[in-house]
Amino acid sequence: MKNSNLPTKYEKQAVAAQEKTRTLTPPVDIFDAGDALVVVADLPGVDQEHIDINIEKNVLTLKAEPSTRVSEPNLLHEFVLHPFYRQFQLGELVDQDKVRAELRYGVLTVYLPKVAEKQPKKIDVKVG
Amino acid sequence: MRNFWDPFREFEALYREMEQLFDQVNPVRRIFGRITDGPLSASYPLMNVGEDKDNVYVEVLAPGLNPESIEVTVLNDQLRIAGEKAPLKTDIKPEAFYRCERGAGRFVRTLTLPVEVEADKVTADYKNGILLVTLPKQAAAKPKQIAVKVN
Repeated sequence: MKNSNLPTKYEKQAVAAQEKTRTLTPPVDIFDAGDALVVVADLPGVDQEHIDINIEKNVLTLKAEPSTRVSEPNLLHEFVLHPFYRQFQLGELVDQDKVRAELRYGVLTVYLPKVAEKQPKKIDVKVG
Repeated sequence: MRNFWDPFREFEALYREMEQLFDQVNPVRRIFGRITDGPLSASYPLMNVGEDKDNVYVEVLAPGLNPESIEVTVLNDQLRIAGEKAPLKTDIKPEAFYRCERGAGRFVRTLTLPVEVEADKVTADYKNGILLVTLPKQAAAKPKQIAVKVN
């Protein structure tokens, strides 16, 4: 029975662990608004306090914890809310101090202003 | 009575099996897949329905609706929910989009309720993109506790 394909108890544990860390990928719209990148994400059931937006090394990470829970859906069960998680690689350099976000009716909008391009500096040559 | 061999029924069964297989591989698809199809999908918005002895609760997963556009109506045992998912502002050029997954538009969904409800006392709250409709049951539909006599 060495080459058995039956799941072992270790695999069962792995499934349980996967269940615990399961996340949902929220659908997003991302567009270039000229001076900023705008990320719009559907995050239903999430309170403002439970959203975590992080930018590190040009990677934007969105994390959110849904909290709405009313009754046990004992008649019809079409959706389950798990924590939301999604990462994006940002192409443009973002001015991290000016990032702002707002949450409205379960939709998160993140504004990521681009860093103003450096203008070539002109140096006057004094002839003395 | 389908006594003859129906190739399309075979295809349907195969299709369902494939769906289940994909769902096992990618659980996100099972749970969230239909949301990403957006308001144009056949069963948008997704609903959870539960009951206790007094009320029926309908939770509707619908982020980003125009609050003024939400219509909840009850007729006999039919609950009808209509609304509009607000589009983004329209002056964005199509080529400015990097991702476009959320979708927008009007939707209608009707649901047959399991019991008669008090249509005048139905309440609906829209919070954090989830619409909660609470439908109090009619007195006749509530369960009655029957005392058991022991002789």
